[in-house]
Amino acid sequence: MPHSPAVEVHGLVKKYAGRAVVDGLDLSAAAGCVTAVLGPNGAGKTTTVECCEGLRVPDGGTVRVLGLDPVADGPALRPAVGVMLQDGGLPTGVRAREMLDHVARMYAHPLDTDALAERLGLGTFARTTVRRLSGGQRQRLALAVAVVGRPRVVFLDEPSAGMDPQSRLAVWELVRELRDGGAAVILTTHLMEEAEDLADQVVVVDHGAVIAHGTVPELLATDVDPRGSATLVVHTATDVDPTSLRDRLGTGFAVDRRSGASLSVTGAVGSSTIAAVTGWLAERDVLVTRLDLGRRTLEDVFLDLTGRSLR
Amino acid sequence: MTATDPVGTDGPTPAAAPTSRRVLAQAAFEARMILRNGEQVLVAVVIPVLALVGLVQGTFIEIDTDGRSRVDYMLPGVLALAVMTASFTSQAIATAFDRRNGVLRLMATTPLGRGGLLAGKVLGVLAVEAVQVVLICAAALALGWEPSLSGVVPALVGVVLGTAAFTALALLVAGTLRAEAVLALANLLLLVLALGGGVIVPAGRLPGPLAAVASWLPSGALGDLLRGALLDGTLPLLPALVLAVWTVVLGGLAARLFRWH
Repeated sequence: MPHSPAVEVHGLVKKYAGRAVVDGLDLSAAAGCVTAVLGPNGAGKTTTVECCEGLRVPDGGTVRVLGLDPVADGPALRPAVGVMLQDGGLPTGVRAREMLDHVARMYAHPLDTDALAERLGLGTFARTTVRRLSGGQRQRLALAVAVVGRPRVVFLDEPSAGMDPQSRLAVWELVRELRDGGAAVILTTHLMEEAEDLADQVVVVDHGAVIAHGTVPELLATDVDPRGSATLVVHTATDVDPTSLRDRLGTGFAVDRRSGASLSVTGAVGSSTIAAVTGWLAERDVLVTRLDLGRRTLEDVFLDLTGRSLR
Repeated sequence: MTATDPVGTDGPTPAAAPTSRRVLAQAAFEARMILRNGEQVLVAVVIPVLALVGLVQGTFIEIDTDGRSRVDYMLPGVLALAVMTASFTSQAIATAFDRRNGVLRLMATTPLGRGGLLAGKVLGVLAVEAVQVVLICAAALALGWEPSLSGVVPALVGVVLGTAAFTALALLVAGTLRAEAVLALANLLLLVLALGGGVIVPAGRLPGPLAAVASWLPSGALGDLLRGALLDGTLPLLPALVLAVWTVVLGGLAARLFRWH
């Protein structure tokens, strides 16, 4: 590997009108890896990737992509970097296939656009103008445009925004293929599912700085419960009032009603605890639809880190 | 994806196409986008041709043609108007919406880059102007225009200088204002300059203070330059200098103030 990591950001600072939207951010993304930059809206994700793409000049810190400065070494770097912008960047009057072929002409050895178009299902709307495409169709076209030059580094800013489930699967599959082919993929998202399913590394960003990073299992293992106890989440077919379960289990356990028909039991959960909970539900003729033990979702981690309040 | 052409880093090392190919591809793309857009074709081709026909055939309008035929006298002004529609109005509007939709930023991340994008835009405008000139001159010939070869080179110099000045103005406007504001301003400014800026009616024939101002405007200078070229077969130096100065000033401002986001 000529440059490892493929993307290296140290102490990045970017200010708009004197206000720092990115404030001392560090980031590193390896070749052959999908790195997800996860964070709430306004956290500085897009500004960070735009600094890596050479679209914005940092106010402080260093950015290196494949060992090069995206601004000063732009002409040397651009052929090896693929970009999918959050707002698409597709002219509204152009036909889908025409746009892909046009961008392919900028490269000496582009991918075969017929195969790429078929791969991403662009054929059904090849002659439709961008203005008439659905959100998912636009995103698939924008992804095709981003990868047509055989990039070593790919920046995808919110690639799944506005996508239908079929489009999302096609996009995810291509992202995995890029990674397996040795490219460094950096994607921003606020979709937990996307980060959890796709990312080898997750960087959680809030208020312009990294607040946590690691692999998905590492982040999920982060224990924020001071007692170091496990949580049992029980999903039920119907809503159930957990008050009498608290009495059944005693004071060693915290029983909470979660959103929808599910409740959580936190404490020294063992096999007897599970038996007690399912037995209590059976007595009430409530069907258990799913039972999760100790598995926090990335969403839990994310909300613990960035706060649960609306902003 | 075929087995021989996978995504990822197994294929050929990524490389840019040669600069000339990138810029020409962008120029062809820009010209296609303009000529495919109905409103743009209306402003760039239909209106100038109609203006020429109307001014030549509409004999109820009294025009002092300095002893020339009406079509000989009106053609330079109509060509100047056409240059302004392509290099200013249509370019400003297209660039403003491309800027809002992120198109400028996306193309700037490809091997084309910002410089190639600008070069492609200018060449695209020149290609649209070639179409305009051919159609307008064909209409003029049909109306009895008697061209003289001596005017061709100075007229082309005038078209290029006018394109430079008005493209610079287009980029200044498109790079600093909101797309909707550009849409309104670009059309309004075209109308004002066409009527009172020394384009169709020579600056010297405009009423009162306008006459003094108009020949120093890029519109009046372009009109005077093309009239000198096509009516007298010469290259008038003062209008050429005026256009060059406008190009430097507007281009410098555009380079400093243009915002890509």
